[in-house]
Amino acid sequence: MSSINTNNPYGDSHKHHILSVKVQNRPGVLARVSGLFARRGYNIYSLAVAPSHDTNFSRITMVVDISATPLEQIVQQLFKLIDVVEITELDPRKSVEREMLMASIQVEGERRAQVVDLAGIYEAKVLDVGSASLTISLDDTPEKLDDFEELLRGYGIVESQRTGRVALPKLEREAPKGVTKGKAS
Amino acid sequence: MSAKEILTGAEALIRSLEMENVETMFGLPGGCILPAYDPLLKSSIRHILVRHEQGAGHMAQGYAQVTGRPGVAMVTSGPAATNMVTPLCDAFMDSIPMVCITGQVATTAIGTDAFQECDTIGITRSVTKHNEIIMRAEDIPMAVRQAFHIATTGRPGPVLLDVPKDILVNTMEWHWPTDEQVLEALPGYRPIINGDPKQIKAAAKLLLSSERPVLYLGGGVLKAHAAEAVKELAELLQAPVVTTLMARGAFPDNHPLCYGMPGMHGTATAITAMQKADLLCALGARFDDRVTGKVAGFAPEAKIIHVDIDPAEQGKVRKPDVPIVGDCRLVVEEIITAIKELQAAGTAQVDITPWRSRVNGWREQFPLVYEPSEPGERLKPQFCLEKLRDAAPEGTIVCAGVGQHQMWTSLFWNFTEPYTWVNSGGLGTMGFSVPAAIGAKAGQPEKTVWAIDGDGCFQMTAQELVTATTEGIHVKIAILNNTYLGMVRQWQEMFYGERYSEVDLSGCPDFVKWAEAMGCVGIRVESPEEIDAAIERANSINDRSVVVEFRVEEFEKVFPMVPAGATNDQVLLHPTQESRREFLK
Repeated sequence: MSSINTNNPYGDSHKHHILSVKVQNRPGVLARVSGLFARRGYNIYSLAVAPSHDTNFSRITMVVDISATPLEQIVQQLFKLIDVVEITELDPRKSVEREMLMASIQVEGERRAQVVDLAGIYEAKVLDVGSASLTISLDDTPEKLDDFEELLRGYGIVESQRTGRVALPKLEREAPKGVTKGKAS
Repeated sequence: MSAKEILTGAEALIRSLEMENVETMFGLPGGCILPAYDPLLKSSIRHILVRHEQGAGHMAQGYAQVTGRPGVAMVTSGPAATNMVTPLCDAFMDSIPMVCITGQVATTAIGTDAFQECDTIGITRSVTKHNEIIMRAEDIPMAVRQAFHIATTGRPGPVLLDVPKDILVNTMEWHWPTDEQVLEALPGYRPIINGDPKQIKAAAKLLLSSERPVLYLGGGVLKAHAAEAVKELAELLQAPVVTTLMARGAFPDNHPLCYGMPGMHGTATAITAMQKADLLCALGARFDDRVTGKVAGFAPEAKIIHVDIDPAEQGKVRKPDVPIVGDCRLVVEEIITAIKELQAAGTAQVDITPWRSRVNGWREQFPLVYEPSEPGERLKPQFCLEKLRDAAPEGTIVCAGVGQHQMWTSLFWNFTEPYTWVNSGGLGTMGFSVPAAIGAKAGQPEKTVWAIDGDGCFQMTAQELVTATTEGIHVKIAILNNTYLGMVRQWQEMFYGERYSEVDLSGCPDFVKWAEAMGCVGIRVESPEEIDAAIERANSINDRSVVVEFRVEEFEKVFPMVPAGATNDQVLLHPTQESRREFLK
């Protein structure tokens, strides 16, 4: 029942959901959110936090597992936190998502050229070069990152880190669904 | 007040509590909270000095439950804060408004493992509705206002303020935030009060068209002061009413439509009425597992109207057909209006008299029973409760601990008024009743307060009777002493093949001497002949607290009982009623 589950959830877009949670930018707010998930046995696949354009608020983008707990229950429980101001439910099919991957790969000689080629195809950047290794970054959709990471794995990933996704609603002509303001108890 | 007024943080804290109309608070001082106890000397607030911080918390709960006003507790840092965790969790589970102030080490010492430092905010985060550490003296008034606002609005609950010692010593310019400033500082907190008119109309239609409705009342009815409105609704529909453990007193037990408590130890009638209903109208109730039994088999034919101020309760356990988020009193009043409008427009209520006849039949067939003791046998606890109940002055407040005595009290007492029943429902905190009774008496000094306790519970918090004696808060305690952890013993008898493991409390102290040592009157009752005189004497003593120990039958069990994991259809009736089980169809 840990709150962080590293299994790849992205294969089935129906089992995960993205929540964009606007919170008051105050000490302890992340602990409140993660504590709630741990306490109620909800799973988080990834979580990204940073101040929003208004520095009184931060935005937490989280990918949550909705296979075991209904999304509605997760949202309502989150809303009970006094510091949570607004929750936008982002259906993966109706949002733009980005994530960044950094990976160090141990490669020399010909294989190094192959990795650089691959990076070129994916429009990834080579960030750092060592005598026998490369560090590459890619920001793209989580699915592209999955692809790229799988290909890199064949070359020997020494270390890698993904940021967790951030997302915004797709710019449709109709208003984004499920923006809930004011609330609680 | 135009001139600038400079106060210390401690003075601002106490002034803020006065501004929030705090009349009584419960606490125990220590190192970090010391500065706050100095201005308390000249404050209008009555501070009740407890003997253990847990006592302060439960007293604040008892006070809140009978007055409807937030209970306030103040203790120091570290061990005092950790001792407060149980009452906070208890108040959180039972939605009791409470504000708790804890001392903290100076801001410069936080994080250094200083003496009596603990991460109070981290520890209490999951057992409070909200908590805050105050990092500047000038923030104190706003923090206190927010704490009271959050504790008492929406779904009530405990709020903790952690105040470092240097913040209490530092000075600030006194100011009192306006309502607007409080709301502006809480952009994420806007409880929904008014129910959705569409859903209210849907509820009204469903209530008029159902053949077998039951009104399922929870503690939210009391929190919302909705008892009058709920009574009007019940009488308008002539619908059966059940009152959960947290709602005892919300609807009078002597009302013909009241069928008592549902749940694991509910009455056979209340349990079965819910099981057979085609509509459950849940009012401020949360489908607790002790009420539903196995959820999959709970009220299988019932549609659900769920009125709750907490949106997260909707669908948490059982998916409602008509969810209504809002204040219970306002919503019920709106539902009544909608029903009357529908009726005026020609919609008649379906005839539910056959349903009521059926439910009345169960009530007649399955009354609460126990087998009276034979001469020479020990007293039956139910018999003691009947005697206590019948002799209790009008308006008596009853508190209970947790276990068999709690269930018997809930079942055998006759609750006719709201706010006369105080117990630990959700958390099930043994030792709750003595301090809760003291808090209740502090809040309602004109009323008689009886704590019905078990011998196990009493031994957890009895030291607070010293507080009662010292403070002149005279409560009455009835210990139903069966020399066992009775409920655990009952489970071991029924579900563990009578293998009794660590439940024997027969090495019990002399409760009469113990009561006397704490400045109370101690009375022991061992036979039926002694009981009336003992209770009469206890009721007549008004200048001291009284402890009456009833030596009761060890092996008495609470019935009915729905075994854990079973559906409510599988309720075990009192052995003398099992042969009539087929009448529960």
